[in-house]
Amino acid sequence: MAQTQVETDNAPVLEIRGLTQRFGGLTAVNDFNVKLMPGELSGLIGPNGAGKTTVFNLVSGFYQPSEGQILIDGVPTAGLKPHKVTALGVARTFQNIRLWNDMTVLDNIRVAQHYRLGYGLFHAVARSKHYQEREQEIAQEAAELLEVFDLQRFANEFPKNLPYGTQRKLEIARALSSHPKLLLLDEPAAGLNSADIKELIRLVRWIHGKFDVTIWMIEHHMDVMMELCTQIKVIDFGQTIAEGDPDKVRNDPAVMTAYLGDDVI
Amino acid sequence: MLQRYSVHLTLALSGGLLVYLADQEYLSLYTMSVLMFMGVNVILSASLNLVNGYMGEFSCGHAGFMCVGAYVSSLLGVWLFAKDKVFGAALLNPEYALYAFPFVILAGGVAAALAGLLVAVPSYKTRGDYLAIITIAANYIIISAIENIGAIGGSRGFMGMKRLVNSMEDIIELPWMPIWVFIFTVFSIWLIRRYVSSTFGKGVSAICQDEVAAEIMSVNTNKMKTITFMLSSGLAGIAGGLFAYILGYVNPGSFNIMKSTEVLVMVYLGGMGSLTGSVLSAILFTFMLEGFRFIIPLANDFAHQVHLIPDGYDISPVWRWVLIPLLLIVLMQFRPEGIMGNRELGDIFPRLKKFYRFK
Repeated sequence: MAQTQVETDNAPVLEIRGLTQRFGGLTAVNDFNVKLMPGELSGLIGPNGAGKTTVFNLVSGFYQPSEGQILIDGVPTAGLKPHKVTALGVARTFQNIRLWNDMTVLDNIRVAQHYRLGYGLFHAVARSKHYQEREQEIAQEAAELLEVFDLQRFANEFPKNLPYGTQRKLEIARALSSHPKLLLLDEPAAGLNSADIKELIRLVRWIHGKFDVTIWMIEHHMDVMMELCTQIKVIDFGQTIAEGDPDKVRNDPAVMTAYLGDDVI
Repeated sequence: MLQRYSVHLTLALSGGLLVYLADQEYLSLYTMSVLMFMGVNVILSASLNLVNGYMGEFSCGHAGFMCVGAYVSSLLGVWLFAKDKVFGAALLNPEYALYAFPFVILAGGVAAALAGLLVAVPSYKTRGDYLAIITIAANYIIISAIENIGAIGGSRGFMGMKRLVNSMEDIIELPWMPIWVFIFTVFSIWLIRRYVSSTFGKGVSAICQDEVAAEIMSVNTNKMKTITFMLSSGLAGIAGGLFAYILGYVNPGSFNIMKSTEVLVMVYLGGMGSLTGSVLSAILFTFMLEGFRFIIPLANDFAHQVHLIPDGYDISPVWRWVLIPLLLIVLMQFRPEGIMGNRELGDIFPRLKKFYRFK
């Protein structure tokens, strides 16, 4: 297959071709296309119910698409379970934070390395040398990650006891713990106050510089999108209605209509 | 040094003491069998805790897997080492019975683990109440299947295991059953502890707390569920095998839903996701069950003496099956998290951690 050949320099991290998702009679996503190049930081916006999260759920393997193809680094994800997609290099956060609340912060970070633990039940029970080395590396890496995120003082806390903004941060740290090439952020600013949002903008920009990761985010706070993203795609009723840089998207009449209705203009 | 070996030392001492007391016959046969059932119950509650506590599923067919283990190890042991009317003469020289015994028990565990697939595979798509119904169905399937195999006794049961126990004692004059029960109990706890405390095994807790997040964060949820269900039912099988050899007799009726419920009670009494809790509650539960046997007749006599109840009527010890569930209701009302909550011994007494390390 010619299309799966990876050109190392200019291959997109994520390529979606003709993606369509139907739930019964409802077409949630219709003929959606996108190409994300390595290192890009782009956005996906649209009114409520436009199908944004559905696109993320499709990319992370949570749904199998009705039609179309999703390629991660040139590898088609059709038929792969979500954990396999994650192993290919996709990590995500959720609109409503989904941390493991009865596990310590450190364990949250550790378990996200599950696909590359490199040992199984036997080594775990035998406490072999291999197990001990790996556990040490895992713990070390988790501790380092917590440190760069300035979360190390919470290492033995339970996430449910942390402030909301910190939980958001931890969820992003957990996602990065799986070494993604593509990080999907689903409304990271939801529920944050304006001070937290400023902090989040700084955080996302810092992650983008530090971790060599392509970021694709959904967000309702336009100021966040305008400040961070180089490319924005706008969808409504599952269909792409506009795309381009933030300024172009902001002044697009189709976007205005989608958000505000016909009669405003 | 002390921290490192204190657990080993304690186990060796208590095991040694137990064997010594049994060997010198300081403990009556009855006391010994109660102690052995305690061990069996510890394995049962700890292994069910793996599914109900750590993984957050609700399995109420644990006795079914126990039944598989009990029958497979009984049949295998008798077939290999004892003269029996079903299998005829012993296949191997009974002199090897002692060395083969752990493998016989383990074989029962393996068979029970395979039977665990009966629940593990549906668990990929089913959760909660629906999976609970599947576990009950699995329990019934296993019991009914065995009841309908006439060759191994059907509902009348199967016996002959005592001969194997006797030939073990012929080889080396020691109370072998208490020894094996002790070894397998420690083995089970050790196995579960190591599994759930590894990063690998913490994937199970991740599934419990948020299965979607677990799958998205690269935990192979189907694989983890399979391993956990098979481990849990396999250990139940080991407990079943020991149970069969302690009694010397098995019948399918003793592994019905009542037995499963008993194990559930122990898990909830001890606390979900707490191994210490499971061990404590299994011991406490066995103790209560036996204790009421003595307390109820005493209470009966006392009540007669103070003319609280009419002369013609006696309180039978069967009333303990009213009292224990009643205790459960009280417990759920006032301490729903069980004795230990989801904490371990070291979480409650952090200072103790200086003196032991259990891994």
